Amino acid sequence: MKNNLVQPIRIGLMSGFIAIFLALIGMVETFDKRDVISEVISLGATVLLLTILSAAYLAARGQSKNGVRWMFTAGAVSGLVGGGALALFIFTTTLIDMRGVFINVKATLIKMLTLEQEVLALGLMYLIGVSTITGLVGTALYLTPSRVRQALLVAFLCVLALGVMQELLRVTFANVGFLADLIRSLYEKNGLSRVGAASIFIVTFTLTFAWSFIQSPVQARIAALSPRGQFLLKSTSFLLLFAALFFIPKALDNVYIGEVMSNVGLFILMGLGLNIVVGFAGLLDLGYVAFFAIGAYTVGVLTSPERGGTLNFWQALPIAISIAVLFGFILGIPVLKIRGDYLAIVTMGFGEIIRILVLSDFLRPWLGGAGGIVGIPKAEVLGFKFAGPIEIYYIILIGILIVVFLAIRLKDSRLGRAWMAVREDEDVAQAMGINLVWTKLIAFAIGASFAGISGAIFATKLSTIYPQSFKFDVSINVLALLILGGMGSIPGVIIGALMVVGLPELFREFDDFLFLVYGAALVVMMQLRPEGLWPETTRLRELHHEHAPAEPTTAD
Amino acid sequence: MRQSLRERLSFTDLFMWVVGALIVLIIVYGSISTLIIGRYSSRQWFDFVVNGIMLGSVYALIALGYTLVYGILRMINFAHSEVFMAGAFNSYFVGTALNQSGYLEQNPVVGLLLIFAMAMITSTIVAVLLERIAYRPLRGAPRIVSLITAIGASFFLQYTFKGLYGAGVKAYPRLPVLNQSLEFGEFKILYVQIFVVAAALVLMAALYYIVQRTKVGKAMRAVSEDFDTAALMGIDVDRIIVITFILGGALAGAAGVLWSLVFPQVNFVMGFIPGLKAFTAAVLGGIGNIPGAMVGGLFLGLIESVGPGLFLDGLKVTAPHQLKDVIAFTMLVLVLIFRPSGILGEKLTQKKA
Repeated sequence: MKNNLVQPIRIGLMSGFIAIFLALIGMVETFDKRDVISEVISLGATVLLLTILSAAYLAARGQSKNGVRWMFTAGAVSGLVGGGALALFIFTTTLIDMRGVFINVKATLIKMLTLEQEVLALGLMYLIGVSTITGLVGTALYLTPSRVRQALLVAFLCVLALGVMQELLRVTFANVGFLADLIRSLYEKNGLSRVGAASIFIVTFTLTFAWSFIQSPVQARIAALSPRGQFLLKSTSFLLLFAALFFIPKALDNVYIGEVMSNVGLFILMGLGLNIVVGFAGLLDLGYVAFFAIGAYTVGVLTSPERGGTLNFWQALPIAISIAVLFGFILGIPVLKIRGDYLAIVTMGFGEIIRILVLSDFLRPWLGGAGGIVGIPKAEVLGFKFAGPIEIYYIILIGILIVVFLAIRLKDSRLGRAWMAVREDEDVAQAMGINLVWTKLIAFAIGASFAGISGAIFATKLSTIYPQSFKFDVSINVLALLILGGMGSIPGVIIGALMVVGLPELFREFDDFLFLVYGAALVVMMQLRPEGLWPETTRLRELHHEHAPAEPTTAD
Repeated sequence: MRQSLRERLSFTDLFMWVVGALIVLIIVYGSISTLIIGRYSSRQWFDFVVNGIMLGSVYALIALGYTLVYGILRMINFAHSEVFMAGAFNSYFVGTALNQSGYLEQNPVVGLLLIFAMAMITSTIVAVLLERIAYRPLRGAPRIVSLITAIGASFFLQYTFKGLYGAGVKAYPRLPVLNQSLEFGEFKILYVQIFVVAAALVLMAALYYIVQRTKVGKAMRAVSEDFDTAALMGIDVDRIIVITFILGGALAGAAGVLWSLVFPQVNFVMGFIPGLKAFTAAVLGGIGNIPGAMVGGLFLGLIESVGPGLFLDGLKVTAPHQLKDVIAFTMLVLVLIFRPSGILGEKLTQKKA
């Protein structure tokens, strides 16, 4: 590679554009309200610096054959150009009033970006200077040994995460004496205290660094265990996990955490259902929310006294599941003959049809139209009322256990293998004697039943359901968690639900950027890691073989 | 073996035919009873039809974008609805500025041209960036991967525009000229209706000319026929794909302006429903088929506009016009089941999809 500056400049420009983009959509400003380290650096500034830093890292990597001096030059240049682009943007905003068009170009943003300097030129100089130094840091990061780099990265992410999660940790552990004290000592005002940040950094750095030395021996030991030993290990860790999930909400005795965990749980239920349809059988269903709605509305209509319902939750639940299954069949039969992309669109149309019908005045006498159904009673067992989110969490947990068990058993069953065969190649599967009609229908029906359970619990959890709760976004959420976790993988569903539903619940103040980040995450995931975070083994193999041939049109 | 296969097929086929026959019966019964009740005057029917044609021509313009991309890449460009939204949204700013300075009223032709230019340029840029950043790295990946990318890109674009311009609904400037009407006896047509249909026709004619008569169009048709062979014949496939996205984007931008002239407000989610409808229209006409998209758009617009009044009123459904989307999506399902190739298309759903 030649010693030229074209590539670093290009990368720097790109990072500058990304930084401007983040500023324009309001991300920098919103994130600036939160400090990672109190009064030292805000989340907004961190995001910008990270952008510049990663650009410099890439620029340095591009020059890795040209010696250290060139790498530092490249890093500095990319930082300089990135900061320069941002500075130019700020300068332009002072010349032209952009507020009429871009709502986020505010005085506060400019103030923050110029590091709160009174004189604009000085502020811009500072900005460019900081970016250049960040560029050099990026290069230095590239040059550090990978083991140290990894530990640095983990430690940095820990500080970042803990810095942002202050409120949450405070609320969560408010009822647990010694943890509450520890947390109080780590934070001040709006973020981590300097001492707190430093100690977290050092502790996590040391731990990760140490782990990097013992990681492979430990993994080798685990791999060397007998099948029986591995099974024992797996089941003990599973039991531990389950115990933790069972006792945590009770121990924390915190309504907010109960609420978040039950929301995650509802999405795990749906995710497991969609996993059967999309992950196992390969039928992309974008109208999955319809079954969730059907479950919720069935329970609503049957139990709410306002709608003349007389049943209790436990009587209505099996009916809700059966109706969801019925609709699974009804949708399944017509779409059986449709493949691939068309299936996605038709199911999406189906989801919209259900929502519009529920919302319409035509069905208002039965389903309440836009007003929804109110007064759905809580579930009861022997006089114990599952009223609050923590109690409902236990219903959900039991539901998840049953569903996970079913999903694991189904996956390895004859039916599960048939699904996977259909997913891989319908024609070959049929030639092998698999009954396509039946196999697909069952997938739809089982997927629908899981969503029906989830919807039923959702109805009793909220006591009120509105058509607005069943928008297309829900289907996308479920799909996103599947993809993030890894399609077809059951632990993947759980990880995905934690990330897609759990994390956003914890960052309510950044709600505006939720779908933006999802969208970007889906696109990036598909390019870099289409198999998901916790992939199913067969899928992993398959996706990494398919990189070779490129033939988009020769599908006939 | 063969016997049992036939038995299985005949079960689902039978079921589908029964469902289809039921729906047709409902439609016929509904229409007859509506006509007997005589709830709508002939003027109202005329309005329904004119409105349907107008909506249909906008759908057709968007549908062309889906069809062009599908024809070449065999992928559903799910984010096309956001390309449409982007054009409409950015043209709003030009429109408002021109409106406030009074220029739009003095010089509506040039004003409209500027608005169209802004919309078409924005949409084209968005479409090209979309192809370059999101789709190109995935050439040849499994179809589900590109569809999911498209869905992700669609959400990303929606919320980008929300971040840039805010979540509120903005009122699109109205042109007083377009709100006048032509009257023939009791029938009346708004200028905006004529304008939308005329503009759509001109654009479609231009597209047809490009695809059928120019060298680029020839290359596009070749690539859509056979990707690899076209590349072997010396066609720069990447360039043709970019041109396809440019054409689709420009049409979507124009459609965005036309849509906003009819429903004068813009918002970051405004693309979803028209996009879905336009895709339905593309499938109705036979996806990958350019005249098909036009026919499908018109058909869908008419069904949607006339359908609720004609089919549902006679069945004593309250507020039937709320259900127009249900009719549109039901049409989609029915077409895909009974004529997967669409009205004018080749048989695609089962073979190539």
